Amino acid sequence: MTDLPASKVDLKTILATPARVDNSEGMSYLQSVPRRIVTLYIPLSIIVFILLFPFYWMALTSIKPDEQLIDLDTYSPFWTWNPTFKHFYKLLFESHYPHWLWNTMYVAVCATVLSIIASVLAAYAIVRLRYKGANLVGGLIFLAYLVPPSILFIPLATVVFQYGLFDSPMALILTYPTILIPFSTWLLMGYFKTIPFELEECALIDGASRWQILLKIVLPLAIPGLISAFIFCFTLCWNEFIYALTFLQSVSNKTVPVAIVNEFVDGDVYRWGSLMAGALAGSLPLVILYAFFVEHYVSAMTGAVKE
Amino acid sequence: MADIALAPEKAKPKLREATSWDQLKHNKNWLGIWFMLPAMAFLVLFLAYPLGLGIWLSFTDTKIGRVGQFIAFENYEWLWDDGIFWLSIFNTLLYTFLASAIKFAIGLYLALLLNENMPFKAMLRAMVLVPFIVPTVLSALAFWWIFDSQFSIISWSLRHLGLISQNINFLGDTTWARVCVIFANIWRGVPFVAITLLAGLQTVSPSLYEAATLDGATRWQNFRYITYPLLTPIIAVVMTFSVLFTFTDFQLIWAMTRGGPVNATHLMATLSYQRAIIAGQLGEGAAISSAMIPFLLAAIMVSWFGLQRRKWQQGESND
Repeated sequence: MTDLPASKVDLKTILATPARVDNSEGMSYLQSVPRRIVTLYIPLSIIVFILLFPFYWMALTSIKPDEQLIDLDTYSPFWTWNPTFKHFYKLLFESHYPHWLWNTMYVAVCATVLSIIASVLAAYAIVRLRYKGANLVGGLIFLAYLVPPSILFIPLATVVFQYGLFDSPMALILTYPTILIPFSTWLLMGYFKTIPFELEECALIDGASRWQILLKIVLPLAIPGLISAFIFCFTLCWNEFIYALTFLQSVSNKTVPVAIVNEFVDGDVYRWGSLMAGALAGSLPLVILYAFFVEHYVSAMTGAVKE
Repeated sequence: MADIALAPEKAKPKLREATSWDQLKHNKNWLGIWFMLPAMAFLVLFLAYPLGLGIWLSFTDTKIGRVGQFIAFENYEWLWDDGIFWLSIFNTLLYTFLASAIKFAIGLYLALLLNENMPFKAMLRAMVLVPFIVPTVLSALAFWWIFDSQFSIISWSLRHLGLISQNINFLGDTTWARVCVIFANIWRGVPFVAITLLAGLQTVSPSLYEAATLDGATRWQNFRYITYPLLTPIIAVVMTFSVLFTFTDFQLIWAMTRGGPVNATHLMATLSYQRAIIAGQLGEGAAISSAMIPFLLAAIMVSWFGLQRRKWQQGESND
């Protein structure tokens, strides 16, 4: 048990040291420039173009004046020379949009914080307390990760109704952790395993309780893991749709994804501008968050798969 | 561990006997229960219990606002004769199979491309993941607009290139609607597959390729005999997740087509929502979503054996 962390750390350092830093050229000199253009740059730019085009289109639509939206022949559809912020103005001042944004943020932050607290405790207990049956519980939590919301929403709707939580943000704050806890526990277990066991042994000998060890030794060392888990959970909450669609009813309580689909979609032919503005404004907070924490996000995503 | 912890307790100047409370405080199992309590409370109350309740509901004729009676397999018998239900199973399998296979192929290809040395590598990787970050519903709305029957930019471009003479009715035609939702799903899933596989690729030592190239291996042989075998375990896990989430997809379809036209894009998840929440037949909806469980179990088995194999390959006996 004691030699385990050492071997883990070793593995981590090997994995973390980019094998290509010292020979960044690699074998790429074997390929001529034209060959690289055909086999690498052209396919890559096509894929990246397709992946990013919908966002360009979303942004462009949201700033186009109405008449240009539906007249593709007089104006070039790919660009606009007279952008307007009318759609955003309508969004911010003539709809519940700020309210929806606030709801989404509130639910996402509360659910994420709750889940992270629960997962830290659970992951620490599974990895370090190693109580009887810890491995079994770890396996069960992994299985819980594989239970998708789309088979749970019907019974959950009746449960939510019984508890009197229907149409309140509390319904989402309490149900989202079922999606987040399995994932973040699994991720944090991986991080806690890399923290040397000796540190905890020292603290135990000095008379620290498990609680103190967790707060003063393990958590400060696991901050990158906590950030990863937080970012990923927050994104998942923001993205969640089916629970929010089922459990919320009144217009002002809705979250952004549900509200846009239900409230903005009407027969109006000019709706596209405000619809796309809404979609863009709903995505931007996540994209900005992601831009600051790319590495953490990627390590959360790949860490969960690797563990 | 517990006895190490107790030693200083006894050496204290007070020379107090360790009470049973002290012993309990350091008992691993006792502490474990308290540490597990919050997570378990959530998972039991809002995951395990509803899972069982869902299966129970599928055997009753519960409607919204009315407690149901136990009717055994009547819901399932009813669904057995329901053409739309079978159509939704067919759609789900088609959707899952096509989308997952193409996601895997493009994702692996993209991962291999991103693994090459090139300028702005980090930025490209960050950009590739953006479709995965943006909430699915919001990007689905963008696709809804791109696939609009009158003002679609794709129709416009193809018309101006002279390839078609009139607009394609993307989401109004059954075949086109299926193609469009599958395309949107692939678009969203490729970044996930690519970035996770890329993480796997980066653990493959370049010296293996160098050795193989010295021995005269071609690029295809490098891929087939080095990359692919070393990547198999991670592929198994990534694809299980991908299949699982594609199979139970709801939001993309709901935002783009709501199951239409003529139920051509109804998946089991969307059909169960329509029957249970919109039509109010909770029992029948629960039966449809319970019918997904066997498929999910199959996917989990694949994942399990994938993980087992990985441990065996890395020579790890314990974790």
